[in-house]
Amino acid sequence: MRRPALAVPRLVLMNAPAVALTDLVKRYGRTTAIDGLSLTAERGAVTAILGPNGAGKTSTVEICEGFRRADSGTVRVLGLDPARDGAALKPRVGVMPQSGGVPPAVRAGEWLRLVARFHAHPLDPGALLARLGLTEHARTPYRRLSGGQQQRLSLAAAVIGRPELVFLDEPTAGLDPQARHACWDVIAELRARGVSAVLTTHHMDEAEKLADKVVIIDRGTVVAEGSPRSLTGAERQLRFRARPGLNLDELLNALPAGSAAKESPSGHYVIEGHVGPELLGTVTAWCAAEGVTADDLSVERRTLEDVFLELTGRELR
Amino acid sequence: MTAPALDFTPAPGAAPLRRMVLAQAAAEIRAVLRNGEQLLLTLIIPVLVLVGFSAIPLLEVPGRRVDFVTPGVLALAIMSTAFTGQAIGTGFERRYGVLKRLGATPLSRSGLMLAKTLAVVAVEALQVVVIAAVALAMGWRPQGGALWAVALLVLGTAAFSGLALLMAGTLRAEATLAAANLVYLVLLGLGGVVVPVTAFPHALRAVVELLPITALTEGLRAVLAHGSGLPVRDLLVLLVWAVLSLGLASRFFRWE
Repeated sequence: MRRPALAVPRLVLMNAPAVALTDLVKRYGRTTAIDGLSLTAERGAVTAILGPNGAGKTSTVEICEGFRRADSGTVRVLGLDPARDGAALKPRVGVMPQSGGVPPAVRAGEWLRLVARFHAHPLDPGALLARLGLTEHARTPYRRLSGGQQQRLSLAAAVIGRPELVFLDEPTAGLDPQARHACWDVIAELRARGVSAVLTTHHMDEAEKLADKVVIIDRGTVVAEGSPRSLTGAERQLRFRARPGLNLDELLNALPAGSAAKESPSGHYVIEGHVGPELLGTVTAWCAAEGVTADDLSVERRTLEDVFLELTGRELR
Repeated sequence: MTAPALDFTPAPGAAPLRRMVLAQAAAEIRAVLRNGEQLLLTLIIPVLVLVGFSAIPLLEVPGRRVDFVTPGVLALAIMSTAFTGQAIGTGFERRYGVLKRLGATPLSRSGLMLAKTLAVVAVEALQVVVIAAVALAMGWRPQGGALWAVALLVLGTAAFSGLALLMAGTLRAEATLAAANLVYLVLLGLGGVVVPVTAFPHALRAVVELLPITALTEGLRAVLAHGSGLPVRDLLVLLVWAVLSLGLASRFFRWE
């Protein structure tokens, strides 16, 4: 006889977000890795968690996967508590760890077939290997695969059980451009099929390209979240390179009110404001008057990387 | 039929426990048979010890040489698989994050332990067949009840598995590798495998007889060489080791 796993109404669980974290705290000894973090990842969407090294990305994901327990706060994955309902969640959630997890002597094809045997309706291992360009390496032991091949095998193992939700911890770290695009294609296709994805990444272009929602975390807490477009803003900016140390005061006087001009870093100039024909004309006229040739003059949106660096600072950690 | 298309539409579900456990057990058996060092430990060394000590009169032993050595070598084989091989294998699985990764699949921890046990038993069965065949070819004449011998093998396996998991789940992989090999050698020397414990000083013998390897060796020897009945004392020693080591392992085993 089967007994319901939980006393929560089924409808509530079906509509629950992929991930809902509230006031999460995690300490390792005296270090606070996660400091009151709250975030929601919607069903059927790709949510990217960005943050500098040590920001708490992997700890957050590992708590969602049930590998670690939070010291306080609530964790809900598909409406369930991973610490308590692990057995119910594991068939439904695919996991790609940051590295490793495969015995070094095991062949790629064997590993994928083994993980497939744990699931009721797995994808065909051979077809999945082919999709990720690993067919030739099916008989290669894991330790002899390149870093990128190991990553692709790990992605394959995360999706072979046809999960509802996948956690991908830095899925494209160390991949060459071809493999990176292949991996992006798989993630996009998962999304098209209604699979929810939560991924961590250092690559801003990856988040910008793939994610419905970006969550930037720093020092264990969320510093910004939203769609890539809402984070970068609709505002455009004008950029050019020229010799360092130009006096921008005169330019500012000539620009429409509300404009801003700065040199950051040295020799790189950014003009913000209502970037239209008038502003463009003013800047080029000023350049002519100063005897400056503006190199790489361009009008563009702020990138996610700009936002990221503004929020998390430029210092190395 | 065309090549199967990839349809990522969610269709989650765990496979039946039986299928998961058998798949994992098969993977573990493949890992042992593929690993040269493990094979050295599980088959080659026991067979060399068997042939060497049965054929060459290196030590004074009671009764026929092959009848004395074979039970000891069977015990050695059990120890090499259930203890040394399992400790080193599991220690490195923990180190490489394999245990953690498997923990994210529908295979439960108890399912994983069951698979490991099945794999150990399967490899042991292979060892017993090979060792018995070589011993019979050398004139081994086993006596006594096979049932008691099997009971000793089962309890010995449980005791050594508990010790293996306790070590693999608490020490670093390199420490497990060193310690498991060291313990193997020490127990090989002390446990009555080839050197009869009657050769030891009385005080040392009292201690040595409480070791699981000695209990297994002496028990098997009593049954197979002398045709004794129920080896109560040896079974009890193994039972205590099994309960203690498995209890401690389940309490202190760390998965990563």
